[in-house]
Amino acid sequence: MIPELGHFSLIVALCLAMVLGVLPILGAARNNAVLMGVARPVAYGQLLFVGLSFAALAYAFLNNDFSVLYVAQHSNSQLPAIYRFSAIWGGHEGSLLLWALFLSVWTAAVALFSRHLPEEMVARVLGVMGLIAVGFMLFMLFTSSPFERLLPAAADGRDLNPLLQDPGLVIHPPMLYMGYVGFSVAYAFAISALLGGKLDATWARWSRPWTTVAWVFMTLGIALGSGWAYYELGWGGWWFWDPVENASFMPWLLGTALIHSLAVTEKRGAFKSWTVLLAIAAFSLSLLGTFLVRSGVLTSVHSFAADPKRGIFILTFLVLVVGASLLLFAWRAPKVGLGGKFDLISRESLLLSNNVLLSVASASVFIGTLYPLFMDALGYGKLSVGAPYFEAVFVPLMIPMVLLMGLGPLARWKKMEVPELAKRVQWGFASALVLALLLPLLMGKFLMLEANKWSPMIVVGLLMAFWIIASLVISLRQRWAGQGAFMARVRKQSRSYYGMQLAHLGVAFFIIGVTLVKGYETERDVRMNVGDTVMAGGYEFKFNGVTETEGPNYVAGMGHVVVSQDGKRVGELNPEKRQYNVSGMPLTEAAIQTGLFRDLYVSLGEAIPESEGAWAVRVYIKPFVDWIWAGCLLMGLGGLFAVSDRRYRIHKQAVKQGQPS
Amino acid sequence: MKPRQKRFLYIVIAIAAVGIAVGLVLNALKDNVSLYFTPTQVYNKEAPEGRSFRIGGLVEEGSIKREADGLTVNFVITDLHKTLPVVYKGILPDLFKEGKGVVVQGKMEAGGLMRADEVLAKHDENYMPPEAADALKKAETAAAANSSSAASPSSGTPGAQ
Repeated sequence: MIPELGHFSLIVALCLAMVLGVLPILGAARNNAVLMGVARPVAYGQLLFVGLSFAALAYAFLNNDFSVLYVAQHSNSQLPAIYRFSAIWGGHEGSLLLWALFLSVWTAAVALFSRHLPEEMVARVLGVMGLIAVGFMLFMLFTSSPFERLLPAAADGRDLNPLLQDPGLVIHPPMLYMGYVGFSVAYAFAISALLGGKLDATWARWSRPWTTVAWVFMTLGIALGSGWAYYELGWGGWWFWDPVENASFMPWLLGTALIHSLAVTEKRGAFKSWTVLLAIAAFSLSLLGTFLVRSGVLTSVHSFAADPKRGIFILTFLVLVVGASLLLFAWRAPKVGLGGKFDLISRESLLLSNNVLLSVASASVFIGTLYPLFMDALGYGKLSVGAPYFEAVFVPLMIPMVLLMGLGPLARWKKMEVPELAKRVQWGFASALVLALLLPLLMGKFLMLEANKWSPMIVVGLLMAFWIIASLVISLRQRWAGQGAFMARVRKQSRSYYGMQLAHLGVAFFIIGVTLVKGYETERDVRMNVGDTVMAGGYEFKFNGVTETEGPNYVAGMGHVVVSQDGKRVGELNPEKRQYNVSGMPLTEAAIQTGLFRDLYVSLGEAIPESEGAWAVRVYIKPFVDWIWAGCLLMGLGGLFAVSDRRYRIHKQAVKQGQPS
Repeated sequence: MKPRQKRFLYIVIAIAAVGIAVGLVLNALKDNVSLYFTPTQVYNKEAPEGRSFRIGGLVEEGSIKREADGLTVNFVITDLHKTLPVVYKGILPDLFKEGKGVVVQGKMEAGGLMRADEVLAKHDENYMPPEAADALKKAETAAAANSSSAASPSSGTPGAQ
């Protein structure tokens, strides 16, 4: 009964979304306050019914209702409760329901926090989001309902893929989806600005916090996914340029460009058309990401099942969204105008270059990801584009991008003389360069490596990171200089300024992590008998054999590896080789000892037959690898800081004071 | 600078940037694309020599053999019509099993042995990599074509296998 109620709620939600997608937009066009007023209550209603539907599915999962096909496919009575809950998004249908739920959450949030916006604007934004919801709910009800019954009911479920039974995977998909779906708000703002023909600095100020919040979710979501791959897939990599990773990375790159171009539109009224185009493109790539992941056209960790009907539906939806938006853009954009003028060397032009580079980087990832699909569709045979392609294209694009990133915050709006800018940064750049050249020579001692290693890539990487930090220091010194109380001047700077610098510092951390882990990691695959030792990166790993152990729904062999350094014990690592009871699927669970400057990483390969307890063992030393995720976390925090800036709230208070009620 | 000159300069910079990017992309694509082949295609000498490529198929039952170092593994990849021996040194993925689908990247060595740099199996027990499935399907149709042409009176010799 409960699943049917869930299904029914979804149908009701679809009807509400249809109302939301039509009436308020009509109302805005005819200036009819009644029709526009429909938007808010309907948005709340949609959230209520999608929420009920989601709760119904959660109920089915938590109560092991294996008469529901989707539950039987993705859960099992032995599964711990937390994973039974996260199994909701362990497959295609439930993921879509989560998508729809988040879309409704964002829609309701816009309805709630938009009291200070003109009614027309709210009506249009909510209307556009309603239309997107219609697309997704139709998709779900026609091709992939999670509420379909299985008759007769299964005695027990097929279990959740063991790879997904992990705390990281409980939060990674929701975070990422919040980001994906969040870009729909930026998109809806852009479309409603085109519809209304009014696109100005105020519009940019309204859409900025929404875009930034979506970007924060996306940043954290991608970082979580990368961290999960690092410890769960057992090969110690943190980014594989896997098509599905790319699918989330493309909208992230464009979202980053969008945040920066919105800043220009707000402060200087420039780049208007470009900003709108970016908002459309970022959301389209989010949809494309959903299509790529869910249609099964790509071979990837994430493609669990393929159904051509679904692929065609999403593709049609994608073409409709992109086509309609671009038509609207072509029709309306000339009205929008180009906005303020600026000089060749100015903060605007630096931000424009940043935008161009980010978009080109996104396009190059796009080409690498979709090239095999096109070639296959055109009948040129199957092929794959490897990680070296992405590195060869991406790194050269990011180097100028980071150089400009250091200059941007120091340059003035509108016009800046080159000599003045050069004078501001010369010492910063020089010290970054000296440090980058010298540090690799000392690194050997610092990281306890066998030898010092100096390579151009390491120097370039470190230079980039130190350059960002130098620029940050210069900027802070400028802002904090002056007369009077120091703390007062520190407090005088806006939160969005600190947020920006924090996010940039995050990029520096990220680059340090990537550079050092790429430059100095040690990876050894060895056969180890009980009692054998192996040296890696100055550490000694002693293998004390494998013992049997048992988890809630698996049995495992647990390895005992004692790590010591210069005769001193550092700790014991216990990697596991699990065998899940229901699916019979094996899983390698790596053991990691994290540290500020290095991770020790051990995972079990396989038992070697005809030996006395010998195993193939992977032993890795990963210097500074955690800085990668620390960097992402800082970027996310920076974004949150920027959103908490006062100027996004001042306007609201002013309006409230103006209203007598 | 006059606005007009400035606009011209912007356009030149934009074209140069896009040009460089396209150059990078093409150059990187040229070196880093690996084509997929099936064991039958390798048998027919369609696979490139001295260049890395990918091959899809099933791991033949009973073909996995380990060398004494515990890390070097020999196995045979098959599309159920033709087979190809593969050698790989390293730790295999969890779901690498006899009778299951697999995708291998590597180069051909003398004597028709493939030296693998990378062995990929899927992350789901019931999932067959599309490339492996494709290899089986292709071999199936090729064999069917062969046997039908063998049955026709014009071709005197029976089809292979």
